[in-house]
Amino acid sequence: MTADRHILEVSNIEVVYNHTVQVLRGLSLQVPEGGIVALLGSNGAGKSTTLKAVSNVLFLENGDLTAGAIRFDGAPVAGRPPHHLVRDGLCHVMEGRRVFEDLTVEENLIAAGYAASGGDDGGGSGFELVYEYFPRLFERRRAQAGYLSGGEQQMLAIGRALLGRPRLMLLDEPSLGLSPVLVEDIFTIIARINREQGVAMLLVEQNANVALALASYGYIMESGRVVIDGTPDKLMADDDVREFYLGAAGAGGARSYREVKHYKRRKRWLS
Amino acid sequence: MDWLFLFEVSLAGLGRGGLYALTGVAFVLIYKATRVINLAIGEMLMVGAYLFIGFGAGMALPLWLAVILALLGGALLGFVLERTAIRPLLGENPISVFMVTIGLSSVLVGLVEIIWTANPRSLPDLLPRDPIFIGDAFVAPKTFWSFVIAAGVIAVFLLLFRFWRGGVALRATASDQGAAYAMGINVPAVYSLAWALAGLLAAGAGILLGAISGASSSMGVFGLTVLVVVIVGGLDSVLGALLAGVLIGWVESVAGVYLGGEYEQLFTFSILLVVLLVRPWGLFGTREIERL
Repeated sequence: MTADRHILEVSNIEVVYNHTVQVLRGLSLQVPEGGIVALLGSNGAGKSTTLKAVSNVLFLENGDLTAGAIRFDGAPVAGRPPHHLVRDGLCHVMEGRRVFEDLTVEENLIAAGYAASGGDDGGGSGFELVYEYFPRLFERRRAQAGYLSGGEQQMLAIGRALLGRPRLMLLDEPSLGLSPVLVEDIFTIIARINREQGVAMLLVEQNANVALALASYGYIMESGRVVIDGTPDKLMADDDVREFYLGAAGAGGARSYREVKHYKRRKRWLS
Repeated sequence: MDWLFLFEVSLAGLGRGGLYALTGVAFVLIYKATRVINLAIGEMLMVGAYLFIGFGAGMALPLWLAVILALLGGALLGFVLERTAIRPLLGENPISVFMVTIGLSSVLVGLVEIIWTANPRSLPDLLPRDPIFIGDAFVAPKTFWSFVIAAGVIAVFLLLFRFWRGGVALRATASDQGAAYAMGINVPAVYSLAWALAGLLAAGAGILLGAISGASSSMGVFGLTVLVVVIVGGLDSVLGALLAGVLIGWVESVAGVYLGGEYEQLFTFSILLVVLLVRPWGLFGTREIERL
């Protein structure tokens, strides 16, 4: 396993919703085996769509992959139903956590274990692992998932994915709606999972600071394509990135909002 | 008041309630897994009864074999309906799917009338005929045995949902289809399974109902009362279907005997109205969880 080996290769994909709305326009990215890659960008840039294209669930929202190719572990993703991809080790933790609200925490895990194993695993085998990373879930295992706090639901969503013994996890905004302390907790655990389980991660985030602190490489998306990519150091040094995503003022210190002409800079990226 | 008579009437009502419950479970199974309100459930039941007639009387097969074939036929019917009529509508407006099931019910009635004509039929004798007494009360043997069978089948399903991990996966799919896909649940297979099982249950209920009161192409109206049952019990609750089925069966029977047959529906639909006003999600249905 060389450092160059990529577990996920996305090349020049285009995605169209409802046969009319083009969301991705020739997007490419790579995730190295065992690495963490951050995918950043503003609302509507197409980050979640990228993940859905990878896990092959676009059809749920009437989306189509019209061009390009996605390869997971060297094999094309196209035409493989989502549950096969999960069994091959590709897990998607969707935006908004999406726990099964009517089920208890444990039943959520049971369903996940059942699904990931295709129904033939003895059950409960991966639970210790999940409870080890998220002791809080063990305390609340009999609680109905719908009544968990946001942080606990996020833990459950990640724990569910962990049961599939994934080799690549797609994490869609794990920090969404969480307090800064919880965000730090969750990201610490994500880093541990990556390190200890060797799970590669493609991390979609709005919170660029935490994402780049974790990732070894980052892509920044705008209107359906990658506009800048590079190591976190390179991205953090970029004036535009600093200003738009990290909340730091660019050169010249504090400025009035009147002088900020975001759209002009974005236009430069688009052309 | 004649208590013994009331007791006998109640027992008869419970017997009828058992069939409501059984069909209700079939309905709930489909709703739970696919969120489809299946108005064709009564007609699926009817097809089960006619399949039994076809195998048992028409082809003169041994009755046990006819029962098994009719049950399998019911399962196949559920499977085929889902694949051909429901699956293509995935993600469409629930009302459209609902309307399609109404259409399906007409199609099924038409098919049965083409094959077996519209004349009522009686089923080959299936259930034991020895009279049954509970204490001093007499219970019609057909009613008794159909209740016992229905109760047994429902118990099995309750346990399946609670303890079989595939049952948990089915509930998970019902809760969030998108997340179920992303987590690796084979959602289409779950749908097929739910419809096939529901078809099997409905066929079983149809055979029992036909054994009690004969089969006719209009026996699908039974499904209307089942609709009341599942709404009262909670659309997605197996336990609710069970208890509401027995309750509605009992109320119908008592009202029918003491007040006259025309009052049966009045009482059942009054119960429906009260439940909808007080607990719109049904006695045991899941209330949507809203976190604030």
